[in-house]
Amino acid sequence: MPEITTAHYVMLSAALFSIGTIGVLTRRNVVIILMSIELILNAVNINLVAFSNQLMNMSGQAFAVFVIVDAAAEAAVGLGIIIALFRNKETVNADEIDLMKW
Amino acid sequence: MNFLESIWLIPLFPAAGALIMLLFGKKLPNKIVSIICPGSVLISFIFALGAVMQLSGLAERRYEKILYTWLPSAGFHMANGDMSRIGADWGFLLDPLSSVMVLVVTGVGFLIHVYSVGYMGHEGGYYRFFGYLNLFMFSMLTLVLGNNYLLLFVGWEGVGLCSYLLIGFYFHKKSAGDAGKKAFVVNRIGDGGFVLGMFLILATFGTLRFTSVTEQAASGHFSIGDPVFTLIALGLFVGAMGKSAQFPLYVWLPDAMEGPTPVSALIHAATMVTAGVYMIARSNVLYTLSPDAMAVVASVGAFTALFAATIGIAQNDIKKVLAYSTVSQLGYMVLACGVGAFGAGIFHLMTHAFFKALLFLGAGSVIHALSGEQDLYKMGALKNKIPVTYGTFMVASLAIIGLPPFAGFFSKDEILWLTWNSSVGISWLLWMIGFITAGLTACYIWRLVFLAFFGKSRVDHHVEHHIHESPKSMTIPLIVLAVLSAIGGWIGWPAALGGSNRLEHWLEPVFEPSHHILAAGGHAAELAASHAQEYMFMGLSVAVACFGVFLAYYFFLKNPAASESLATNFSGIHRVLQNKYYVDEFYNKYLVEGFCKGGGNALWRFDSSVIDGGVNGSAWLTRLFSRASIWWDTWVIDGFVRASAFAVRVLSYPVRLLQTGLVQGSALFILFGILIFMSYFLLG
Repeated sequence: MPEITTAHYVMLSAALFSIGTIGVLTRRNVVIILMSIELILNAVNINLVAFSNQLMNMSGQAFAVFVIVDAAAEAAVGLGIIIALFRNKETVNADEIDLMKW
Repeated sequence: MNFLESIWLIPLFPAAGALIMLLFGKKLPNKIVSIICPGSVLISFIFALGAVMQLSGLAERRYEKILYTWLPSAGFHMANGDMSRIGADWGFLLDPLSSVMVLVVTGVGFLIHVYSVGYMGHEGGYYRFFGYLNLFMFSMLTLVLGNNYLLLFVGWEGVGLCSYLLIGFYFHKKSAGDAGKKAFVVNRIGDGGFVLGMFLILATFGTLRFTSVTEQAASGHFSIGDPVFTLIALGLFVGAMGKSAQFPLYVWLPDAMEGPTPVSALIHAATMVTAGVYMIARSNVLYTLSPDAMAVVASVGAFTALFAATIGIAQNDIKKVLAYSTVSQLGYMVLACGVGAFGAGIFHLMTHAFFKALLFLGAGSVIHALSGEQDLYKMGALKNKIPVTYGTFMVASLAIIGLPPFAGFFSKDEILWLTWNSSVGISWLLWMIGFITAGLTACYIWRLVFLAFFGKSRVDHHVEHHIHESPKSMTIPLIVLAVLSAIGGWIGWPAALGGSNRLEHWLEPVFEPSHHILAAGGHAAELAASHAQEYMFMGLSVAVACFGVFLAYYFFLKNPAASESLATNFSGIHRVLQNKYYVDEFYNKYLVEGFCKGGGNALWRFDSSVIDGGVNGSAWLTRLFSRASIWWDTWVIDGFVRASAFAVRVLSYPVRLLQTGLVQGSALFILFGILIFMSYFLLG
């Protein structure tokens, strides 16, 4: 059974990141966009943990914990914004939210 | 008691009376009013009498009492460049001249107050009448007692005001109101001249006090005929013309007869109208320093005397006749002043105050008896019905025509004699005019007497049985004035008739400086003339007076038809005289309508075209400029701003297209950006 190397982790991370990015750019539902952001963050986490393991340095894992916390906070704020948005516009469709132009 | 110390109180008694009438008059019963008002004048008279008695005991015969400096002033430059400080004092001067005036004013004034108690008894506004009368006494006493020109002017304006108020006493009558206004306006014209004269005095002498002005003027620093004196004298004389009703400013006096008769007697015969003569006599030195002004004064006086006397002959209103007589007699006084005979002028002023007040009061008594009738042709045969009035009126009529030994004889004769002997170039002409006027005076006064008291009664029937003699309060003043008219002239009994002319000597200190000036200038009246000459003049004037009386007798009593045929044969002259030479019409047409209204119109046109034109023009210009400014602002200034904004808009348009406002669009750009950077670092 071939050993799982850092390169595998990085490829997984890259795949997750790509899926997340595509999700952010293509999906119209803001909730899904938020979930896609979670994917991106977790892709980063995998990167951090993988390199921490390879370099035998615990700082990376500590960073991963920080990122998880950050993700939780971000999710809270993001959902709050979505609720506020929905109250005002009665929609969560990103295409219909275009107030930020000149 | 020291009356001299308290001369300042003399005007204040009537002032207090007037004040009481103003504050409480309406509530006071007539009886109390008739005690307070004549009483206050009586007290003034007593004080004046006491003061004059004590004055005659003084060596210098001059007493000046300054209460306080009324109008202090900062220094100012006089005409000759000197600095001077003037302060008009609230001060009083009692000298022989003002003592004569103050006694006449308070004495005659008191008698007329008493008379008014009877005359005005039935009239409304009783307290108002007496309040005005007392206010008048206050003003008149301030006028004659003031020790400087400004205080004199205060009194001068005060009497003018009271004259206006009293002429318009029957204010519900339009003619009375109009007459009051006329008197006021005409007097203001005179006041203009007076004020100018006063300013010139101030600029020349730096003081307004009579004593200082006289002293400086007589000191010899000024040459005779200096133009400044002519200007001063003529300025003051314009004031005197207005107040003393001289031609051409006499027109207000006949109209002033609209007032109650006691007012005509007090203000428009005995006292106020003589203020001008008093002022000229007071300024005698200023006048004698200007022979030109003297000639003007004498000519105006003589002309007025003759002019008014001719009008008086043709008037049918009893008071109008007396009014023109007053104008004429004032002309005599002014003539006397003009020929340098100031003493004679003041003498005539005094005797005239007696007999003219008596004539007016007598006329008032006649009018009272006839229930208000003033037309001479509706009188007649009153001789026996109102004997006291008749008797006193006769005395006054004899006095005014100058029959010896009545008062008018002495004063009028002195004036005529001194006029003949005066140094004015045309003295014979002036004398001639005075002489003819004496005849005319006799004629018109006796015409009045014959028409009113003699002949057949022409009184309306319903008035006839009402005729009654006036009450005691009216007849007693008449009697007192009759006595004064009879013997008042004896105070100036001429030397030629064995007298000593005490009035002349009494007044001497006041007029002495001007006699010196006249002597120095070679203008002294040549009084060395013999007594024979004086007797001749006396004889002549008595003769002309008798001739005048005879004419009146012939035309108006013996043969009334003759006067009517005369009037029809010379209807042109008669009409001109009856219409007072159309002077009022002339004034109305040319001065009131032509000059005042025309001038007003012209000024209005000037205002509306030139002044308003300037204003409107500048507004129009402003609007024009602001239009241009608006154009500049909108097209040039705003143009720059808008052009730059437009440029930014145009340039920003493509950039704006990128901004969709969609979050995902922005994210895509971010991604592309990252990819470009990454490919740059990885591939580069």
